[in-house]
Amino acid sequence: MTCKAEHYIIGETAWCPGCGNFAIREALAGALAEHCLESHQVLLVSGIGQAAKIPHYIRVNGFNGLHGRALSPAVGARVANHNLKVIVESGDGDSYGEGGNHFIHNIRRNPDIAHFVHDNQVYGLTKGQASPTSDPGMVTGVQVEGVTVSPLNPLSLALVMGAGFVARCFSGEKEHLKETMKEAINFSGYALIDILQPCPSFNKVNTRGWYKKRVYFPEIEDPRDWSAAMDLSRQWGEQIPLGIFYNNPHRTFEESRAALEGEPLSFRPFDPQEMSGLQEEFL
Amino acid sequence: MEINILIGGAAGQGMETIMNLLGKTLVREGFGLIYTKDYMSRVRGGHNFSRLRIAPGTPWSTVESVDILVALNEETYNLHRDNLTPSGRVIYDPQLFSIPENENRGIPVELQKLAEEAGGKVMANTVAVGALLVLIGLETPTVEELLKDTFAGKEGVAGKNITALKAGYDAAARFCSACFDLPPKNEDGKKLFIDGNQVLGMAAMSSGCRFLSAYPMTPSTGIMNYLAGKSPDYPVIVEQAEDEIAAINMALGASYTGVRSMTCTSGGGFSLMVEGVSLAGMIETPIVVVVAMRPGPATGLPTRTEQADLEFILHSGHGEFPRAVLSATSHEDAFYRLNKAFELADRYQTPIFFLSDQNFADTHRSVEPYDFSRLGYNRQLAEEGSLEKPYQRYRITDNGISPRALPGQFENEVVLVDSDEHDEKGNIIEDAATRRAMVEKRMRKLDSLAEEMDEPDLYGDPHPEVLLIGWGSTYGVIREAVDALIALGTKTAMLHFSDLWPLPQKRLRSLLAEVENSYCVENNAGGQLSALIRRESGLSIGGLILKYDGRPFLSREIVEEVQDDL
Ligand SMILES: Cc1ncc(C[n+]2csc(CCOP(=O)(O)OP(=O)(O)O)c2C)c(N)n1
Ligand code: SF4
Ligand SMILES: [Mg+2]
Repeated sequence: MTCKAEHYIIGETAWCPGCGNFAIREALAGALAEHCLESHQVLLVSGIGQAAKIPHYIRVNGFNGLHGRALSPAVGARVANHNLKVIVESGDGDSYGEGGNHFIHNIRRNPDIAHFVHDNQVYGLTKGQASPTSDPGMVTGVQVEGVTVSPLNPLSLALVMGAGFVARCFSGEKEHLKETMKEAINFSGYALIDILQPCPSFNKVNTRGWYKKRVYFPEIEDPRDWSAAMDLSRQWGEQIPLGIFYNNPHRTFEESRAALEGEPLSFRPFDPQEMSGLQEEFL
Repeated sequence: MEINILIGGAAGQGMETIMNLLGKTLVREGFGLIYTKDYMSRVRGGHNFSRLRIAPGTPWSTVESVDILVALNEETYNLHRDNLTPSGRVIYDPQLFSIPENENRGIPVELQKLAEEAGGKVMANTVAVGALLVLIGLETPTVEELLKDTFAGKEGVAGKNITALKAGYDAAARFCSACFDLPPKNEDGKKLFIDGNQVLGMAAMSSGCRFLSAYPMTPSTGIMNYLAGKSPDYPVIVEQAEDEIAAINMALGASYTGVRSMTCTSGGGFSLMVEGVSLAGMIETPIVVVVAMRPGPATGLPTRTEQADLEFILHSGHGEFPRAVLSATSHEDAFYRLNKAFELADRYQTPIFFLSDQNFADTHRSVEPYDFSRLGYNRQLAEEGSLEKPYQRYRITDNGISPRALPGQFENEVVLVDSDEHDEKGNIIEDAATRRAMVEKRMRKLDSLAEEMDEPDLYGDPHPEVLLIGWGSTYGVIREAVDALIALGTKTAMLHFSDLWPLPQKRLRSLLAEVENSYCVENNAGGQLSALIRRESGLSIGGLILKYDGRPFLSREIVEEVQDDL
């Protein structure tokens, strides 16, 4: 094992030229390489969408499940084998729309999972409808009068729900993205990175240039200052801050379950005959 | 020679405590019994009751007639008095209501007052158990022992309960002592006193299930409770999911990563799971789904019973993929059959359904201890020696079953699964040839899966004029109807399905060719098994005996319908 980023990059992608997904993939490959994680030690779980195709383009274990349901199998995987590094990667529609309930509740659960959301503020795969993070006013083939509902703020929501690691990145700032991914992967507990990602095919509002002009790196003095993180998470518009807004680990799902101590459940031996004592309570 | 006891009151009055104590005592003493619950979907108030039937062997169903009625409120007395046998007696609390003077069957026991004297109102149930014991001619030591077990470490509580028990015993003894004859004891050793959900929970634990993710829904929740209760001491994780969608997807993630996993729910929750069922079929990941049926549509009758989700389960999930559907027929069988579900899931890498219902889930019976050496734990995983590298999760094989490896099992090999149509490696494809090959590979598994199905159980007259066909939890009640019809001179047999899909047909075909009068007996309004048989075999079942009022069949009802029809 050589721990080179190229090692992880495989497959011919179904992504459009100029799409931010490419840079995100490169950052992920870089992060895996720099942590020197071997392919069989990592599991990448996704839902459905353009972003969610990533398990086909990165050589690690992959679970490309259902639309909106990436987090749930990832939690199951952590139960079965807590030695695997589990990364969930999916779109904004997948993670915050169809999967909104799992997003909320897995923050509460706090499994040791890094969640990378490719937030292009649009439904790419289904050709350009509004997503939960679309800016108001954006006109699409379905939102013909422009988006009228208010956008979901994933970072504020994550903070309110008590997430221990909350960050925003931009696919156009690849080095920063890679470094943030590395931290998220090493973070103990649920770690969210909302990654701003231009979709040149369908999002004509939030273009690469649009983001480029707005993003900046604020000084973050104390990543455990929740109120400061909340303030940063609410900045949107002329100035969009990037960085790890909040980094403050707490007890994980895995740490709170006695059965998960020691060897992964998947590889423990079992013999039904040893269970016969179970019937004693019914005698 | 049998005794039928009915205990009724409002929700929250603790009928369960009485029945559990009495039932377990009787089983420890060697008596065979069944105990069923009829309860409302509320936490307090309403009218709930339980029936306990003590009969030779182990009775299969309860009956309407009542020998001893324990009326914890007046409503219970009014609702059930007409079912009292001529020699029937009523235990009641004279401080709560009175029984008309001319009815000399009353046994007034001041349940609350005696309980308070013993140390607290909550022990009124223990007083009632004491009264019941004396009526059926049992002494108190076995219950005392049980109370000590139950309140181990809390000597004070156990002691007060024993005082309450004896007070009830003495109070009732003044009216009647041993005025009911118990049936002979079973001499063949210790028995378990266990309900359906506990049977399934224990079967799951003993099959090596290490992950249950579920969302509470009556009548399946008992399974969750059972496994959760074991989780501090055994390597098993029970996770209460945020919804049933998460439940099945979590279970699939855990199964993909290597542990035997299951989820349990009832019809409404299962409705939310079906996309996940389809995913399991596509990614060829083992999963056991227990569906404990209750009457629908929608919320229906949450605490009652029905067998109306067979069609739904057979067709659940979009697209075509193999599945098996097994069912809980009796406490004796269900333990091994749920293990079979886990074995099939691992062997065929596809969703396996296990149908239960409220009638099975909530019913206690006395049963022979299980033989754990009959349980299998064959994970059917790829092995280092025979692994073809690079590993391909969906390698095309003759029987359609691909070698299954786990993520992290083999150095530098990765396992990729995809809900999109995929190639052997698991990568998304759209070309027609690969699609065809993959559909055929998945569907090929059905050929050998069909061979695994058990033929339906045949019981009764070897050359019947009447054949009663059933499935699932009606096993016992149909069996008793068969016995009753035979006793009345009608040659009758029962053909009872536990494995439902792929539908085993050999026995069905040979019998239907001979029998003149056949009926499907089902707890639903559409005759779903009957329709399935017609669809699969082209054979028509002569008649339908259906019940869809949310209550389980009584054997009397089946007998009468057959007699009316003949
Ligand atoms: C249950 C279900 N509903 C709808 C779809 C159709 N669908 C596929 S991807 C998608 C939206 C994708 O948007 P996003 O998650 O933002 O990913 P992107 O393509 O933008 O990367 C939709 C609506 C589906 N596959 N499954
Ligand atoms: S649709 Fe948009 S997000 Fe998807 S690949 Fe194309 S450009 Fe990228
Ligand atoms: Mg998107």
